[in-house]
Order: sequence, then C-alpha cells, then structure tokens
Amino acid sequence: MNTDVINPEQGNRKFLAKLEEREVDVQACYQCGRCSAGCPITEFFDITTMEAVRLAAYGMEDILLRSKTIWLCAACETCATRCPNDIDIAVLMDVLRELALRKGVEPAEPRVAAFHSSFLGSIEHWGRAYEIGLIAAFKIRSGDYTGDMNLGMKMFSKGKLSLMPHSVKGKQEIKKIFSGKGKEYER
Amino acid sequence: MKLSYYPGCSLQGTALDYDKSVREFCSLVGVELVEIPDWNCCGASSAHMTRHEVGMRLPMRNLLLAAELGLDILVPCAACFQRLKAAEKSLREAPEYWDVERYQGNCRIIHISTFLASQAINEAIQQRISNLLKGMKLGCYYGCLSLRHPKITGVSNFEQPESLETIVRYVGAEPVPWSHRTECCSGSLTMARPDIARRLVGDLVEAAVRAGADALVTDCPMCQVNVESRQMDMAGGPRLPVYFVTELINAALTGDYPAKQKRLHLVDAGVLSAVMQENHRSREETV
Repeated sequence: MNTDVINPEQGNRKFLAKLEEREVDVQACYQCGRCSAGCPITEFFDITTMEAVRLAAYGMEDILLRSKTIWLCAACETCATRCPNDIDIAVLMDVLRELALRKGVEPAEPRVAAFHSSFLGSIEHWGRAYEIGLIAAFKIRSGDYTGDMNLGMKMFSKGKLSLMPHSVKGKQEIKKIFSGKGKEYER
Repeated sequence: MKLSYYPGCSLQGTALDYDKSVREFCSLVGVELVEIPDWNCCGASSAHMTRHEVGMRLPMRNLLLAAELGLDILVPCAACFQRLKAAEKSLREAPEYWDVERYQGNCRIIHISTFLASQAINEAIQQRISNLLKGMKLGCYYGCLSLRHPKITGVSNFEQPESLETIVRYVGAEPVPWSHRTECCSGSLTMARPDIARRLVGDLVEAAVRAGADALVTDCPMCQVNVESRQMDMAGGPRLPVYFVTELINAALTGDYPAKQKRLHLVDAGVLSAVMQENHRSREETV
C-alpha cells in the first residue's frame, strides 16, 4: 500500500502528455482491480497494478519511477488484455521504465535493469543475442558472479550456449538504430 | 508451400534443437523455408520494456528484409512473433512516424502453432504418421507472448486457445485440461530474479501434475528453457519435461525419438520414449 499524500495539482503534465501520445488512457480507470487480480507477480510488487494506474492518472510520476513494480513487471500483458476499459497498462510500464532510465532514477530493482542493459548491449554490438556475452555482462553489472553457475555449465555442456557470437552483416544499420537517430522529435 | 523463416536468437542458442526440429518437420511435410537473409534480433522484451524506439526499429528491419522475399513469414518464437506483429501494426498505421514512406509488405506473420494446427498440415501429418503418441498425457503450455496483447497478435481466443491441443490430438496424444495454460512463467525475469521464476514455474508445474500431465508441451523457446531450468533447484527435484511442439510431432512422424535429442533436456525426457516403445510393442502384439 502506498500511503504518500497525493496532490493532483502537482501532477506532472509532461508525463500525462507522454501517456496520451502513447495512447495509454489512464483516466479511464475505475479501479475494478482486474489488472491486479490477474497479475502473476503482484505478491512481489511494492505498488499494485491498480494503484500504479491511479497514481499515473494523478501524474504522480516520481513515486512510480522509484518503485520496484515497474522493474518486476514481466511484460506478460495479462493486465492490459483484461482491462475492461482497454487501458494499455503494459505500455504504461514500458513508458515508466524508459523514463526512469532517461532521468537517471536509480532502479529499485538494479538486477533487472542490469539484465535489460546487458541484453541490449549484446544486440547493439552483434545484432543478435550472444548469450555467453550477455551473461558475462550481467554478472559484471550485478556483481553476482556465482548465481546459476551449475545451470550455465549444464547448458554449455549440452551445446546450448554458443562460445562464438552470431553476428549480422548489417552492423552499421543496427548501430544506427541504437544511436538515437530518428529520435529528434523525442519519441 | 514456401515460407520465409525467422528463427530468432533463442533458436540459435538455448533452443537450438527447436530450430532443428522446425526445419526437420517442414522438410518431412514438404514445406520449403527460406531464412530471412541477415535477420537481426527482434529486441525481445528488454527492448520494448526500456527503449521503445529501438524495440520497434529492430523488428522493422526484419520486416523490410522479409518484404523483399515476398513470402509469408513463419515464426517459431513467441516473443519474436509478438514483436514482429507490433512493428507491422505500427508500420502500417503510421509509416511516416518511422520515416518509411509507405509500408508495402503484404507478408503475413504466421506463428508456428497457427501453422501447425491448420487443416493442410493435419492432412500432411495423417499421411505420414508412423507412431501415434497414444496414452501420453500432455499439458499444453502457451505462456504469454503468442497470445497477448490480442490487439497486436490478432488472436481471438486468447484466454482459451486451442491450437496446441489441436496439434497434440493430431499426433494421437491426450491434452489434459488444466489451469495455467496461458499463465506467465516470468522468463524475462529468470536471470535477474530466479526466486520469482521458481515460484511461478513451481505453481504451474504443480497445477499440471495435479491435472495428470506426464509432460508439458510448448511453442515458446523462453518458456521451455525457463520451466525446465527452474525446476532443477526445487525441493523434491524436477517433475515434468517440457517438449517443443515440433519435437513431439517429429517423433510421431518418424517413429523415432533420438537419444541425443532426449539428452538435450535439463529434465529427464524419457516419458516420450517410454510411450513410443509401449505403443510399438502393443502394435506388434496385435500384428
């Protein structure tokens, strides 16, 4: 439960405009709770899905950006699929994570953020996921050197982790995608 | 039939054998696959979850490459399927937003189970089938991304999908009714939060065991590796192997489940060989 006092007049209008642009109509929420009821991760959240939607409607961006919830959401899209008012809650979570990273808000679940950046680093470099490379990057970023070692060895011995990266030829095109070119209008 | 093929990164790594089995199946039933030249990663969950722009442009590059081939695209990975569909929708509805004048691609993006459950494939299977998987009780496990969000995937029966059950019946096995067919296994969190993954995988495996399943079958490469691997460190040990849907069909078609394929599972996958031996024996007795 979130017990912060909310003053909607202090809501962040830029944030609300961003949600509008991404067609996430958080104002349509009438707090039925179906999103939270179906969420498989809800027991691990610090802010429930339905609370997150209401906080977003009030423009309470800061509370959301500092939450564990936005990082623990697995993007299964059950909430958005079941919302009777068709609020794209999964996109709300995407917008929040991206804003948190752009604003440099320290992720409340650093391991999850470390995984995403390790994964994307691998794609940016090779054009395809390079599992051993991303595992190494994740271990360095998270400082967790021993976790899942047995599993990794098993997968490797079964030939399911390739030592060599699979690289694309169009590396320049991939670099361009990651460079932010085309982002001039602040997508 | 000739299709473009987008294997995706998992099928070059942890699901290498899924790729092999899809290709083997297609060659058994005479479907020609043309791999999209120089395809790149679709960005998977991480891209759209943290960088919208990148999460759209990565799959768009693949769609533009596929458009040159002009064939419908077969996609075995649920995440790739969802990302390609999302990119396609946006390219069609707002090409100018992505600095594309007009998206002229008319290739359909076909998820593997939609393809396998079709009548044409059923007929091809029935002509060639050699060892029915009679008596094998399977929990069909869909997970999330081939179904949700339906406005992206275009799936109409997203809460009660039937394609895997249909396919399982084609090869003579018995799908069990159970509760967690479309629940999330938290694959995108498995490396960062294995504790959460263990909880979710534990729940769904427990539900499948309760329903009487001998094994799970899936069409999602992330679910396959996550559900098998997170059973490894569970109290009481692992309980259910997770087969790729094409792995099962190929065994039924060829009458052979190779030991070297069986060994690629993290969880003992002997139940398929046992069912096949049993059916083989009872067939010989009746002859």
